[in-house]
Amino acid sequence: MKAAVVLFPGSNREGDVASAIKRISGKAANIVWHADSELPANTDLVVLPGGFSYGDYLRCGAIAARAPIMNAVRAHAERGGLVLGICNGFQILCEAQLLPGVLQRNAQLRFMCREVYLRVERSDTPYSRRYNAGDVLKIPVAHGEGNYTADDETIKRLEGDGRVLFRYVSPEGKLDPKWNHNGATNAIAGILSEKLNVLGLMPHPENHVDPMIGPTDGRGLFESINTVLEAA
Amino acid sequence: MNISNTVKITPELVAEHGLKPDEYERILKLIGREPSITELGIFSAMWNEHCSYKSSKVHLKTLPVTGPIVIQGPGENAGVIDIGDGLACVFKMESHNHPSFIEPYQGATTGVGGILRDVFTMGARPIACLNALRFGSPDHPRTRHLVSGVVAGIGGYGNSFGVPTVAGSVGFHSRYDGNILVNAMAVGIADADKIFYAKATGVGLPVVYLGSKTGRDGIHGATMASAEFGEGAEEKRPTVQVGDPFAEKLLLEACLEIMAKDCVVAIQDMGAAGLTCSAVEMGAKGDLGITLDLEKVPVREEAMTAYEMMLSESQERMLMVLKPGKEAEAEAIFKKWGLDFAIVGYTTDTLRFLIRHNGEEMADLPIKELGDQAPEYNRPFTESPKLPVLDAASVPAPTSLGDALGKLVGSPDLCSKRWVWEQYDHLILNNTVQRPGGDAAVVRVQDGPKALALCTDVTPRYCEADPFEGGKQAVAECWRNLTAVGSTPLAITDNLNFGNPERPEIMGQFVGCIRGIKEACLALNFPVVSGNVSLYNETQGRGILPTPTIGGVGLLKNFEQSATLAFKASGEAILLIGETRGHLGQSAYLATLFGREEGAPPPVDLTAEKRHGDFVRDLIAKGRVTAVHDCSDGGLLVALAEMAMASGIGAKLEAAPSGLPAHAFWFGEDQARYVLTVPAAAAPEIESAAKAAGIPALRLGVTAGEQLTLPGENPISVAELKQRHESWLPDYMAGNG
Repeated sequence: MKAAVVLFPGSNREGDVASAIKRISGKAANIVWHADSELPANTDLVVLPGGFSYGDYLRCGAIAARAPIMNAVRAHAERGGLVLGICNGFQILCEAQLLPGVLQRNAQLRFMCREVYLRVERSDTPYSRRYNAGDVLKIPVAHGEGNYTADDETIKRLEGDGRVLFRYVSPEGKLDPKWNHNGATNAIAGILSEKLNVLGLMPHPENHVDPMIGPTDGRGLFESINTVLEAA
Repeated sequence: MNISNTVKITPELVAEHGLKPDEYERILKLIGREPSITELGIFSAMWNEHCSYKSSKVHLKTLPVTGPIVIQGPGENAGVIDIGDGLACVFKMESHNHPSFIEPYQGATTGVGGILRDVFTMGARPIACLNALRFGSPDHPRTRHLVSGVVAGIGGYGNSFGVPTVAGSVGFHSRYDGNILVNAMAVGIADADKIFYAKATGVGLPVVYLGSKTGRDGIHGATMASAEFGEGAEEKRPTVQVGDPFAEKLLLEACLEIMAKDCVVAIQDMGAAGLTCSAVEMGAKGDLGITLDLEKVPVREEAMTAYEMMLSESQERMLMVLKPGKEAEAEAIFKKWGLDFAIVGYTTDTLRFLIRHNGEEMADLPIKELGDQAPEYNRPFTESPKLPVLDAASVPAPTSLGDALGKLVGSPDLCSKRWVWEQYDHLILNNTVQRPGGDAAVVRVQDGPKALALCTDVTPRYCEADPFEGGKQAVAECWRNLTAVGSTPLAITDNLNFGNPERPEIMGQFVGCIRGIKEACLALNFPVVSGNVSLYNETQGRGILPTPTIGGVGLLKNFEQSATLAFKASGEAILLIGETRGHLGQSAYLATLFGREEGAPPPVDLTAEKRHGDFVRDLIAKGRVTAVHDCSDGGLLVALAEMAMASGIGAKLEAAPSGLPAHAFWFGEDQARYVLTVPAAAAPEIESAAKAAGIPALRLGVTAGEQLTLPGENPISVAELKQRHESWLPDYMAGNG
């Protein structure tokens, strides 16, 4: 795996995701500056990390989506390369139109940091092959604007194409408004691009990889990526 | 309105600057002429209570501030202690009470921003934030709005800046109705040999302005923080600054980068009184003069006067003295992060603080005297009258213990604060070993195994009833909470919130609390390394409860050996360490169930405190206990309920010992106590070890089932308790409370 973690001014989980990548793949990620115009040669995974890029001023992710490095990220995605956007990264991917839809303010209008339960909807993607469809993961969220929505047509297409990878569910794996903490449409927590190579999700799998700190349900996502890239 | 520099200085103008007539006389004597308006502003900024500590200094000097682990005590941006392996912990707590009452969101954000800046100014990377919040009565019409704004503000800043907010305390009392408390603490880690200080050295070196641009916000903020609120507090809104966590995050990264490149001689953040205070500190500490050319200051508003620039409290700004020849390198780093960088002056050997604006002299003052010759008062004080110890028999029994327990765990002060801490990102940086909700947070240092234990504590109603015992108790409880997670308590920061020091009875509270803090710090070997004093916390002549918040730092050699409060399994023995006399005076039981705040608070026996704590810490280190919880507000039964609610496991409890009313035993707030669980087979050995050490240990019962059962009482469902514990705050905030 040769990962590039993009550092925008205001990113703040770049270290967490870089250390998760190192922990699982054994390989250090390159930290790439937002003002650069190219990714390091042979990059096979681009990560847009969590944080408040450009202060989230204007709209979450809107300014970052227009940063110089994003042309290279877009080209990488168009070539079929893997692009993972977590939290603010997901917001940036939506603003860059690499993924459809938007992330609105949480339904209860407050920032929320808590562990939530995610159901894995399919295992045949580069991000989930180390999970089984139907697995329930305990993963933390930390966001104020994670309420995913899109127009009816887009939601229908996402659902029809099986591009919803993670959903907020009860600990037993059932859809339940009580466990959809931010009010996302169809309890959507993470979605894939048409070619399944771009993933955006609000929760932070990178914060649940270390048994000394908490649950390790986030490991599977990085192990899946590593398996795919090492096999390539 | 522009204030020109040729304004006639009238007594009214002097008074508007918060300076008393005798203080103005002192200025005249010091400089031998009438000051210019800019100079008057500079004096008012340097000599107000907030910056000069003029009422508190004489007492603060009595606190123990040294010890083998202390690298830097009070007087710098933050305190620094040695945590071994070449690492230092840098921490401090500071209040932002007045601004938060006027504009809760921005007041709280800038409080967090200011304290973070204090920590990274010293070269440390922040790893955790904490806070201590006190609001008015839940019934007061403004309380909900203030809670909502302050909590969102604290979260809004810390979450964006990217540091976990890991612990804190939240309390309510009508005495804070017109004057809430927002105390924010930040903790950072640095290499012990790479700490940066404010003291400038070297003549002719560039003084550099870094960070955000200067605007008209916050002019006279520090003066406001040194005055009582009257009816027109709303009108003070223009003096509240606006926080920009994004700019601060960039400033952090740029400062740490510039420090790593060895460019920096001295650094001081621009906090209260902005450019004035930071420049004077750097010069006065280094026995140097400073000359500033204000036209070089980056500004974001037009036609700013010298007066305005010197007093602006715009946020996210720093002042540095650079090493010779490092200007270009430093500038490149700041430009990379998109921040302003301007050489605004230089150091001199004149010991003068010389301010020029477009070539014209606006101020020329002796720099040492600006800081050192600030008035210092030993204000008259009267000791608080001692209250009698309340006889437990005179306190009514509850209808049932279960009913009383339900009311306590569902009360505003003792309910779960999840609604608050879920708005704080407490997981970022991946090092939060123990999250909010325990006795203290535990945060791993770098890759471990070392970790820091962190907490904030104070029981204001104890301090009101007996400032000396209350001061002792605040320190002792902090020490106990750090011990309960298994850490060795190292040092504290204090945030002393009081009313108007010009009233002898308020000054008496202040002096009493300081004496108590001093005694406890000495007995527990727990020095004060940084702190902040917030006086004049009054509205319309009514003071707050005396609230000396204590922020503590403890060290765990190995975070895997930290203890948590949740019961771990059924069938384990529950032990109480420490003596129970059933002290109900000033208890949560008395206040919550009967609305009475009466009697003396529980006395703190510091010898017992130390002996019991050392015993418990040793048991934790040897892995002999499965759960540990400090016994404090609400007493023993509340402590047990918290251990049960954290796990879902209940307990079968024995009857209270004869000789004490049951409610005094279960709800008394005697100090120096811990509740432990141990495997049943190990209990006798631990009991005899306690006996051998002269430490009271009492078998309370055994963990079992999903209820708390007491002889002669209906079983109490843990799930129902938890429901009450968790629901009060969200219901209240939703308007259903």
